[in-house]
Amino acid sequence: MAAPLTLLVILSVTIRAVLYRSSLAEVISERVEVVSPLTAWKRVVEGLALLDLGVSPYSGDVFHETPLIIYLFHFVVDYAEITFMLADVITAVALYMAVMDYNKQVFRKQKYALEADRYPLDCLELIRSPKEMYYIPLKVAMFYLLNPFTILSCVAKSTCGLNNAVIALFILTTIKGNVLLSAIFLSLATYQSIYPLTLCAPALLYLMQRQFIPVNFRRVSFWWFIAQYAFMYLGSLFVIVGLSFFLLGSWDYVPSVYGFILSVPDLTPNIGLFWYFFAEMFEHFRLFFLCVFQINVFFYTIPLSIKLKEHPVFLIFMQLAVISIFKSYPTVGDIALYMAFLPVWSHLHRFLRNIFLVSCVLLACSALFPVLWHLWIYAGSANSNFYYAITLLFNVAQILLVSDYFYAFLRREHHLSYGLYLKRKDGSEATLVLK
Amino acid sequence: MAEQKFSLSVCVCVCVCVCVCMCVCVWAVRAMMCGCGRDDFQEELVIRPLHSGDIYASFQFRTVWETDFMRGNKVSHYRLFPKSLGQVISKFSVRELHISFTQGYWRTMQWGQPFQPSPPGAELWVWFQDSVTDVDGTWKELTNVLSGIFCASLNFIDSTNTVQPSASFKPLGIGNETDHRFLRYATLPREIVCTENLTPWKKLLPCGSKAGLAVLLKSEKLFHSSFHSQAVHIRPVCQDWQCKTTSWELRQTLNVVFDLHNSAQGKREWSLFKMFSRTLTEACPLASSSKIYIDITDNPQGEQFEVSPATPLLSQAVVLGDRRTFSVYDLTQQITFGTVRSLNLLIRWKSSDMLRPLLHAERYVAGYGLQTGEIHTLMYNNHPYRSFPVLLLDSVPWYLRLYIHTLTVTSKGKDNKPSYIHYQPSKDRLRPHLLEMLVQLPPNSVTEVTVQFERALLKWTEYTPDPNHGFYVGSSVISSLVPSIVAMDTNSTRERPLFSSFFPCKEESSYFVRVYTEPLLVNLPTPDFSMPYNVICLTCTVVAVGYGSLYNLLTRSFQIEEPSPGLAKRIANIIRKMRGVPPL
Repeated sequence: MAAPLTLLVILSVTIRAVLYRSSLAEVISERVEVVSPLTAWKRVVEGLALLDLGVSPYSGDVFHETPLIIYLFHFVVDYAEITFMLADVITAVALYMAVMDYNKQVFRKQKYALEADRYPLDCLELIRSPKEMYYIPLKVAMFYLLNPFTILSCVAKSTCGLNNAVIALFILTTIKGNVLLSAIFLSLATYQSIYPLTLCAPALLYLMQRQFIPVNFRRVSFWWFIAQYAFMYLGSLFVIVGLSFFLLGSWDYVPSVYGFILSVPDLTPNIGLFWYFFAEMFEHFRLFFLCVFQINVFFYTIPLSIKLKEHPVFLIFMQLAVISIFKSYPTVGDIALYMAFLPVWSHLHRFLRNIFLVSCVLLACSALFPVLWHLWIYAGSANSNFYYAITLLFNVAQILLVSDYFYAFLRREHHLSYGLYLKRKDGSEATLVLK
Repeated sequence: MAEQKFSLSVCVCVCVCVCVCMCVCVWAVRAMMCGCGRDDFQEELVIRPLHSGDIYASFQFRTVWETDFMRGNKVSHYRLFPKSLGQVISKFSVRELHISFTQGYWRTMQWGQPFQPSPPGAELWVWFQDSVTDVDGTWKELTNVLSGIFCASLNFIDSTNTVQPSASFKPLGIGNETDHRFLRYATLPREIVCTENLTPWKKLLPCGSKAGLAVLLKSEKLFHSSFHSQAVHIRPVCQDWQCKTTSWELRQTLNVVFDLHNSAQGKREWSLFKMFSRTLTEACPLASSSKIYIDITDNPQGEQFEVSPATPLLSQAVVLGDRRTFSVYDLTQQITFGTVRSLNLLIRWKSSDMLRPLLHAERYVAGYGLQTGEIHTLMYNNHPYRSFPVLLLDSVPWYLRLYIHTLTVTSKGKDNKPSYIHYQPSKDRLRPHLLEMLVQLPPNSVTEVTVQFERALLKWTEYTPDPNHGFYVGSSVISSLVPSIVAMDTNSTRERPLFSSFFPCKEESSYFVRVYTEPLLVNLPTPDFSMPYNVICLTCTVVAVGYGSLYNLLTRSFQIEEPSPGLAKRIANIIRKMRGVPPL
């Protein structure tokens, strides 16, 4: 499978290189759907220029990247395009290897369950075969590399690509079972933007599953493992934070990066829900709704972990989706990361209910975003409500997509336990509802 | 012989009869055709430079027609006289009609008296014939018809704004009936004049706007003026001094005053092209006379201004109580147009050059749309050989996010790196940007400083009540020690007038100058201010959709749906439960 992957990598690098050299690169790097105040390349260049002028980049309100980005781009700013293409390739390869490993485990678990006769007889068609699972890793890499959202994000040189690479490496090390590296990459991902902190729950669940530690609050081994992981995580976080402090010798970056992410002072339009909400907010309620919206991102961790404790990788997918939809400055690069996982759940397609509607809405909204932006900002014939409406619709479509996959996943699990063709008491064909 | 004579005489008779018939026919046709009489068209343009630097142009188009609209059978063959107005005159038995549309107010103190005065807005006054029985009804119909002809809202003229003046508006044409019951006068001061009124007015001209002086009447220049007035005057006049026959006279007048600063960019030089963006190529072929008069009374020896091309024709006329001299250009003569076959009159004032300042600056915003923009500051060093440094201070509000890495300073096309830059970036809602630079300005050059910015979306409470007016950016300050030709006095204790002792003088060879640029007016994208409640509801709905679907999937489990029993069965089950018997 290395050859098709290499071919895919070469193709995607070619596409990106061609777009870099064209005049579209300038246009794409200005688009608000692709870059946000947190991830824009223009702001990285501005921060480096401020550093050259002798002014701290965090003294103003233009630069909101972490000091490690300054470290990195201080040396590679001339090779920025290669850096971002490399980040995309690393993400794709990491996801490829992670999904390959995950598929092996899924197949092994399935084999044990079949041998233990745990599946009812009529749901044999739900059992997955190696043939159908063979091309899934390649599809995952393809979904990530050839996704227009990813290509746009890379051509715009948005640092979202770097964040995605870190998260992908975290997923890879978690699935491979390496606790230390998983903790290090998680701390790096959390350091870059706070929201991946919610991924610690699926990571812990997965690693505990892999090491056969029962997930039980009363067990000492459970708490001991959590303590180990937390220690490794906090240790690496401490090191990274210390390094950041020593770059500029001040803690200015903390309010500038994390304060910015949490308190949302910049209301530049993007594809998320925050900007217009806080632009039209009554001042009196601003803090309340800010807290509500930020808690909303972290809120689903525990309920989802409880429901999906047997399936931590699906939990990772759900968490990534929730973060991408509800974070304070989302971009299309964040969406591309969780969409890369969709081929992994391709066996759920028979239980998906809204996929046609969702895909139509997503396509239509992606096409309408630049149109309505142009009408509002350049033509002046529309106002901000038009763009806001498409934002709402886009997010509703994403929520529907995620909840549809969740429904399909739960339904398949139900069928695997109770049989595929269920009958009512009187023998007629049953309909399943959520009650 | 007898047959020959007979046939000859028959031929002669036939010829004579045919000739007589032809003459009768021709006479009859002529009688029918020119039952209208002769008509004549004249056009003229008077250009008068005003003392304030503005220029006054007055067009007059006069059609005189020897006909009688009041006759029993209708006039049917119109040539130069517009048919719409002829029909109005005959249908409504109008004796005199004066209508004017004016934009702006005539400043008598600065400009003197106009040739045809008119009030701002629309003014209409009409003398009806004494054969009209219901003057008010006719007046109402007339105003509606004129409203259609001139595309103006004259239908707003009704009894609430119509009067019958008893003494002020006597008939301007011939007429012995002065019973003011037949006079109506109305004004609409609020009426706005625009291209839609000019176009039907131009259509009434015999040559339209295709030939003659009317080609100059282009709306984009005419309406970019301080004063614009177009009028139509219809009255009966005497054909000759004995007044044996009367003709109808239609005068269309257009007065316009062009502003020195709006139209001429402050330079006192006027030409036909500058005023009207057209030149003249020919007179109207239907005009018997087509002339341009330029008032040169204030310029007898040509010492104030010069007119080109020069013309030998001069004429004197007494107008408004003053004898004035005019240079005349006759457009019916081909030599007026010269070898280039177009006439562009040029009036140039001889003025002395003002001493140019050594340092001045301009600033403007470039770019389009509400997302990004660029601030350009231009600094001019007009010293012929000395260069000097200037300190540029820019304070830009926080909502225009400057990108200092896009700062470029160029002089004479080459990069000019500032020797000192102090930049303090802004903090949202706390402090603005501060940019200070020391730039060396090369002699006799323009230095351009450009920096890109991004416009922020503010909270809805942070906008002013008129958000689409834009936000102001304060002036840049340019401070410099400019080299001085005259030695400055460094002794500050000596007795001096106050105006020379404001800025302290440290050295003799230069003086301190501070130049402020223009402030900028920048538009920011605005949210919809009527929407706070709606936005909160809609966004919370979307969050609730997410919450609701995930809640459903987390707390509920799959169950087989059993159809619920009918109502009778349910009641029976309840009774059975009460009895303690197993349900159905």
